[in-house]
Amino acid sequence: MMLQQVSAPHLRAGQSTEEIMLRVLLALVPGIIAMAHFFGAGVFTNIIGACIAAVLCESLCLRLRDRPLLLYLKDYSAVVTAVLLALALPPYSPWWLITIGTVAAIALAKHVFGGLGSNPFNPAMVGYVVLLISFPVQMTQWTAPSSLAANPGVWDSVLAMIGSEAYDAVTMATPLDLLKQNDGFMVSALWQQYPQFGRFSGVGWEWINLAFLAGGVWLLQQKIFTWHAPVGMLAVLGLMSALFYDGGSSSSGGSPLFHWLSGATMLGAFFIVTDPVSGATSNLGRLIFGALVGLLVYCIRVWGSYPDAVAFAVLLMNFAAPFIDYYTQPKPYGYQARDADK
Amino acid sequence: MTAIYSFHGGIHPEEHKTESSSSPIQTAPLPRFLILPVSQHIGAPAKPVVCVGQRVLKGERIAHADGPLSTAVHASSSGYVTAIEPHLIAHPSGLSDTCIIIETDGHDEALPASSHPNWRSYELGELLELIRDQGIAGLGGAGFPSAYKLNNDNIQTLIINGAECEPYITADDRLMRERSELLEQGIAILQHITGASEVLIAIEDNKPEAIEAVRAACEHQDWTVVTIPTKYPSGGEKQLIELLTGQQVPGGGIPADLGIVCQNVATAAAIAQAVIEGQPLISRITTLTGGCVANKGNYEVRLGTPIEYLLKHSGYSLEQSQKVIMGGPLMGFTLPSLDVPVVKTTSCILAPSKTELASEACTQACIRCGHCAEVCPASLLPQQLYWYAKSQNHEQLKAHNLADCIECGACAYVCPSALPLVQFYRAAKAEIKEKSIEQRQAEIAKNRFEARQARLERDATEREATRAARKAEAKTKAKQDSRYADETDPVQAAIERAKAKKARLQQSGEANSVSNTLEELKAKLERAKFGLEHAHASGKEEKVLTALAASVGRLESLLASEQAKQAQAQESSE
Amino acid sequence: MDGESLSNILWATAALLALGAGFGALLGFASVKFQTEGNPVVEQVNALLPQTQCGQCSYPGCRPYAEAIVAGEAINKCPPGGETTIHSLADLLNLEPLPLDAAHGEEQAKTVAYIREDECIGCTKCIQACPVDAILGAAKLMHTVIASECTGCDLCVEPCPVDCIDMIELPTTVQNWSWSLPNRTSLIATDKLYGDAA
Repeated sequence: MMLQQVSAPHLRAGQSTEEIMLRVLLALVPGIIAMAHFFGAGVFTNIIGACIAAVLCESLCLRLRDRPLLLYLKDYSAVVTAVLLALALPPYSPWWLITIGTVAAIALAKHVFGGLGSNPFNPAMVGYVVLLISFPVQMTQWTAPSSLAANPGVWDSVLAMIGSEAYDAVTMATPLDLLKQNDGFMVSALWQQYPQFGRFSGVGWEWINLAFLAGGVWLLQQKIFTWHAPVGMLAVLGLMSALFYDGGSSSSGGSPLFHWLSGATMLGAFFIVTDPVSGATSNLGRLIFGALVGLLVYCIRVWGSYPDAVAFAVLLMNFAAPFIDYYTQPKPYGYQARDADK
Repeated sequence: MTAIYSFHGGIHPEEHKTESSSSPIQTAPLPRFLILPVSQHIGAPAKPVVCVGQRVLKGERIAHADGPLSTAVHASSSGYVTAIEPHLIAHPSGLSDTCIIIETDGHDEALPASSHPNWRSYELGELLELIRDQGIAGLGGAGFPSAYKLNNDNIQTLIINGAECEPYITADDRLMRERSELLEQGIAILQHITGASEVLIAIEDNKPEAIEAVRAACEHQDWTVVTIPTKYPSGGEKQLIELLTGQQVPGGGIPADLGIVCQNVATAAAIAQAVIEGQPLISRITTLTGGCVANKGNYEVRLGTPIEYLLKHSGYSLEQSQKVIMGGPLMGFTLPSLDVPVVKTTSCILAPSKTELASEACTQACIRCGHCAEVCPASLLPQQLYWYAKSQNHEQLKAHNLADCIECGACAYVCPSALPLVQFYRAAKAEIKEKSIEQRQAEIAKNRFEARQARLERDATEREATRAARKAEAKTKAKQDSRYADETDPVQAAIERAKAKKARLQQSGEANSVSNTLEELKAKLERAKFGLEHAHASGKEEKVLTALAASVGRLESLLASEQAKQAQAQESSE
Repeated sequence: MDGESLSNILWATAALLALGAGFGALLGFASVKFQTEGNPVVEQVNALLPQTQCGQCSYPGCRPYAEAIVAGEAINKCPPGGETTIHSLADLLNLEPLPLDAAHGEEQAKTVAYIREDECIGCTKCIQACPVDAILGAAKLMHTVIASECTGCDLCVEPCPVDCIDMIELPTTVQNWSWSLPNRTSLIATDKLYGDAA
């Protein structure tokens, strides 16, 4: 045979995997800036630490699995996982916390299952949940937003990173914590009592969520993912909070706006729930997947024992994704008409 | 204006059509050798009806259709048949198939054509037979025998496919622009054959000149020229039907189930030529394009023309090229060698430069991004099919309707991991088909084995039964005989009887041997005397009479000597 | 014992008897009506075997081997079926798939028997050996194989006194050719292939 013999098509014009991952990283930038604005340089130390740990861990795993390093590292999937995990951690986390989380995410959640594309669970969320259960104290110490207390400087954040005792920042309960621990106050009274509450939700948190929302909308416009999962999640979260928001009594769970703009809602809706690998496959499946994540987030936030719940909700729904896929297989061409006749 | 519907998915690749569509159709020169495969269509290969060394004329049938799902092959120029042998053909396998090879004589002498300008007066069956015998197969790419497809009396809508949605190809575009009258006649014949009340001619909106030309040619007819949006694969039969009618061909069914039949514009024009002018399918319009072709454009090429010859004629530079594709860049296949002929389905020969098409990128892991499902015109889930094809999970592949994949390649086109998805599906389809054939054969073998076992068993029992019956019969017979013969075995009795007779003969023979001889001689003499008298009486020839008399004399003397011996013996004993 | 309690006992007994008789009849009816022919597992196993009837498993045909498998025989004794058959048998019977037992032969490409007809003496020995009656012929007349019915078991080769039977592999033609799965090495890159680049 004198000429190359390959199967059709001979034309390709998709975004490559690395392009997709890079765009996801780019879309995270507004959110990162907003977080850094409110929580200081600790956000960056988190990200840098997680990225270094992720690349090293990924390289080690690839080496052990006898895979080419460069080819797999350049798909940026490890970096995306690391950044997502870093954003979920409290700023100024010590290096060992970041490393344990990253290793859990990359090695345990991804490579043990066969690498990128084969992981049944969202790696960043596995890393986060491992840390949350193992180190509850460190994982719930959120720095006070910059408008309420001065953020530590760059040097302090490096000290915090290496776990030095010299660092001691002002930490405060997040609005979601406050709502969870609320005993007997009307929501409006709560709002007046604590300075952490802002216009719609927490001070800073509302802007951070809006920034992630903006990044997510840009990804939607870039057709990196479809609207189904984020819309499903936000719609059900909003619906649930509207249903159970009884004008702000002491047992109420906060308004729809509060839930949309609190904690990891927008980060989850556009960057976690949309993970194609561990989510549902078809558009209808994604809608259901997102909706059920939204439902679980609300249930755990309001009735569960954790203040935020995106990670648990996503992991629980990862379990259900194959089941959802089974029941939401779209009707192929030629079967739609026939079934309508029946 | 007919309403236009839409179909799921689809892609918008770069068109690259202007490179070849700007110049008019040229006629490709006559090559020295024509290589005509007997199987240029789907279905049974045609049967050669010429022999090596025979001179054939242009348009002469050299292989006839073998059954209804087949079509004929004709000589595309005059010359001598030099061989009927396996030759490399244009097929992704790179295998050879039977070809009739003609060495052209350069005269291009044509067989007198038998035209049928008054085709409306012909019977339907005659027209279909004519189309089959003129070698018409779908020129759009699949090569389905047209006569077989048209042989259906349940057609209301005739769709003429001028979508030509694949990038690079412009053969149908040029045909519609330059030969719209022929096309119009072809569509009229098709409408007459199918009895369709509605005729829809679909052309993508990137071919405004073609739309204009076809509109002008079909002005006096009540057909509709539908402008459809440019989107690949709108020219796929099923997608086009959905686009024009909003209906979907049922899974596993054919368009005729909806009362629809589709024909490509080039096929319609070929039918007009075949019926009205009586010219069989011996050439087609082929687009020669790609970065390695200097004179890009459309060529009227004789079937059987070697592609190497054609490319050389159009200024092809081999050095730059890495592959040559027959068909479009999305559904075509790479040629194993350039020593293969142009056939009925060769709509395009694409010789891209090294940088022109996608390089063979390193494939990465599927991240289930779902872009493939977004563009799949069959609404399948290509990412799921990929996993199942990879793990050879045939059950799940069937459950996810792999069979409905039209292999258009849209999924692989958008895949960020550069996975060769279509190859996975083709291989999986082949595996499933092979398995079902194997299962059927196993079923046959099982039945034959069981039938044989049953037969052997039956034979054995029958033999046993006959033996038993014979034994029983013998026993009853023996019992019957015993009433007369004191319970003696009949065989034993017979043997004894024979023995007794022998013994008796022996005893008497010893004593009376001499007298016996005398008696015998006397009797012989009597017979001879009687014979002699009789011969005298009936007036026999003298010779016979003398011989008889001599014999009587000899017997008399013999008798006398015997009598003397006897007397002597008596005397001596006394 | 008064009359009432006696009648109660009688009623109870009668009811139990009636129930027993009713269900007994139902069971009896069901056992006749819904009787399954033979052992259904044997049928299922037999359906997975390739039906070459070659006897390489040391059983006289596929069905006997199927019966033996159900009775506990190893599932890796069928060379014509090869890995595929072993895997599907393992799936059906919930057993560990074993590698093919080399003692019974190796997995080979499908072949078809071909009689060199000039050399055939018409002894009918191959006809008697063929388990699926795929050889046509009569005594002292030339024989031939019905290729479409031949399972390629090669049981006819041994008995032929003049050695005129060949087992030939089916050639790949344009008609039966098909695409194969993409090469694994080019699909998931390994260090061996791209190590230099990395």
